[in-house]
Amino acid sequence: MEYFIQQLVNGITLGSIYGLIAIGYTMVYGIIGMINFAHGDIFMIGAFVALISFIIFGLTGVALPIILLLVLLIAMLFTACYGWTVEKLAYKPLRGSFRLAPLISALGMSIVLQNYVQVAQGARVKPMQPMISGGLEFFKNSDFIVTVSYLQIFIVILTIILMGIFTYLITKTDLGRAQRACEQDRTMTALLGINVDRTISITFIIGSSLASVAGMMFVLYYGVIDFYIGFLAGIKAFTAAVLGGIGSLPGAMLGGLLIGLIETFWAGYVSLEYKDVAAFSVLIVVLIFFPTGFLGKPDIEKV
Amino acid sequence: MEKKDIIQSFKDSLFTGLIALALFGPIVGLRTASKGEGLYITPQWGIVFLLVGLCILGRFLINLNSARKNEITFFSKFTSKFSAITEDKAKHFAITAILFAVVFPFLPFTDRYFMDVAIMILTYIMLGWGLNIVVGLAGLLDLGYVAFYAVGAYSYALIATTFGWSFWICLPLAGLFAAFFGILLGFPVLRLRGDYLAIVTLGFGEIIRIILINWYEVTNGPDGITGIPRPSFFGLPFKRSPDEGETSFHLFFNLEYSTMHRIIFLYYLILVLALITNYFTLKIRKLPVGRAWEALREDEIACKSLGVNPTNTKLTAFAIGAMFGGFAGSFFATRQAFISPESFTFIESAIIVAIVVLGGMGSQTGVVLASIFLIGITEMFRDLEQYRMIAFGGAMVLIMVFKPKGILANRKPTILMHGDKK
Repeated sequence: MEYFIQQLVNGITLGSIYGLIAIGYTMVYGIIGMINFAHGDIFMIGAFVALISFIIFGLTGVALPIILLLVLLIAMLFTACYGWTVEKLAYKPLRGSFRLAPLISALGMSIVLQNYVQVAQGARVKPMQPMISGGLEFFKNSDFIVTVSYLQIFIVILTIILMGIFTYLITKTDLGRAQRACEQDRTMTALLGINVDRTISITFIIGSSLASVAGMMFVLYYGVIDFYIGFLAGIKAFTAAVLGGIGSLPGAMLGGLLIGLIETFWAGYVSLEYKDVAAFSVLIVVLIFFPTGFLGKPDIEKV
Repeated sequence: MEKKDIIQSFKDSLFTGLIALALFGPIVGLRTASKGEGLYITPQWGIVFLLVGLCILGRFLINLNSARKNEITFFSKFTSKFSAITEDKAKHFAITAILFAVVFPFLPFTDRYFMDVAIMILTYIMLGWGLNIVVGLAGLLDLGYVAFYAVGAYSYALIATTFGWSFWICLPLAGLFAAFFGILLGFPVLRLRGDYLAIVTLGFGEIIRIILINWYEVTNGPDGITGIPRPSFFGLPFKRSPDEGETSFHLFFNLEYSTMHRIIFLYYLILVLALITNYFTLKIRKLPVGRAWEALREDEIACKSLGVNPTNTKLTAFAIGAMFGGFAGSFFATRQAFISPESFTFIESAIIVAIVVLGGMGSQTGVVLASIFLIGITEMFRDLEQYRMIAFGGAMVLIMVFKPKGILANRKPTILMHGDKK
């Protein structure tokens, strides 16, 4: 039982990270109907920017909460630039091209970003000293002590806060309304005086910033990153987006949590070696039998 | 050009520079390096300023000339002319290329290194042609093609090392196994839409690789399989001193022993295998099933209403593509005499997809040109290995942006009802 609770806590933490990445996939899919294959690598860049800023601020000796806040903002800002540029260079010229063109372009972009970081930052894994240590312990008198680290609490709370801001942005502001309108009918939205290109750009900026927060959490949680983390994390987050129903924002978060839990429980109870197989199998099974996900709308193909 | 425009484009370039600074500043400018326990940062501002400067200059020049539109049309015109020429002279081109390929091992400048590169290029050409059936003809983006390559290589290696059967028995078996896997995977997933299918095949490829790494009892895990038997020339092995009761190739033909014999034999082997793939594709395109593939690629709903069963049709394409992947895999295994999961990563799939996409989906000549270009050129510039994949990915993006149908676009159906109206 204690072991189960520990896995649950770990799974929720991991799920928060996946959920934040999944939002980027689902938003882009909702608005332009493409799988942004490079999104996982945007997350990886976010992790690198966070790592670099942690090292720099670590030298200044500022208090920890301020460092965390600064790193968060810096990572969001710089990673958003990447998301924006990728959209401008690789996807915008392809609107109206044949269906697989954006996917191939995104695949190319993903290869470029991975190898660019490999060249610029080196291929070795980058370890980082833990910034937030300690935690709360439960079930002290049983033989398995459940630990909820402060870091896990930080990750979950930050995710909840960001989700709150984000939901407000989408449901209550003009920007969110424009975005939802673009999802429904891009031509009509343009006719009504909304700048569609700008709305799409902003979608990419929001998605990338959330991915960069996930990247920062990843650095803090695992303490080690390399240029290749974006591939697996990206696939898992995409699975999360599909599981929750692609195009649906609460679905992305729900899917992220589920994938985090599935992966953690699989690794804890079944087999550690095959933990990535679990994620891929879920992906395949969901896509085949359940392509609309939990909260998605059925996709009707029109002639 | 008015003064206002110049000022405008100047401002625009400065904005580009600002973005470039944000992009390159942290990632390129602040390189992290390990020192003992922790990390420290080596600044590299020189490169950052160089890159930012290049971006500003490039943007400014593009704006100043407003030549962007012209350039695109020039580029497309050039490539369409090129593809028109290659199409007109397709037969001549093919015959010349094949003749060149046949005499290549005996040309005076050909040495061991050239032969190795040529064998590698031919392997990729064969993989490209195999995948072209799936991507180019049937229009199904398969991001896990390397899985079938791996299945072919491992089944060849396992059968050959366990039972000691010869290459010529194992090769078709490996192809059959790969085709079987193709059907196994294809059956449930081929109902999916294009982009979902791509992701599922990617997942399948990764699952195969993870299984190969972890299934020690059979695959020997990350250490791979060693001592895979080399192919023999119709029963004559390429050995300096053959075993008791055997005659080796050089003794039989009364030649001086040379390791080149085996290499040349491998070269012709892959050449023949590749040409069989090509011949098969060219023929099947004209058969009903091949035409159904092309029709499905163009319009699935129309096909359904005309009574073509999309799942079965796609399944044949998938299985046949997988089979050729399996053949290429067993060739790879016998050439290397050693295989490990390392060789079958996702990036390998991406390279094969890149070859098909860059060449122009559906174009057989395009695959040849793209393989020579991507593998050959990068092989020549070995020192720039690091930048090779960046160029790869960049080329994929650029081709999609400027020429989405590939350098040699060939999406015309092979057979038209009333002939080709020009």
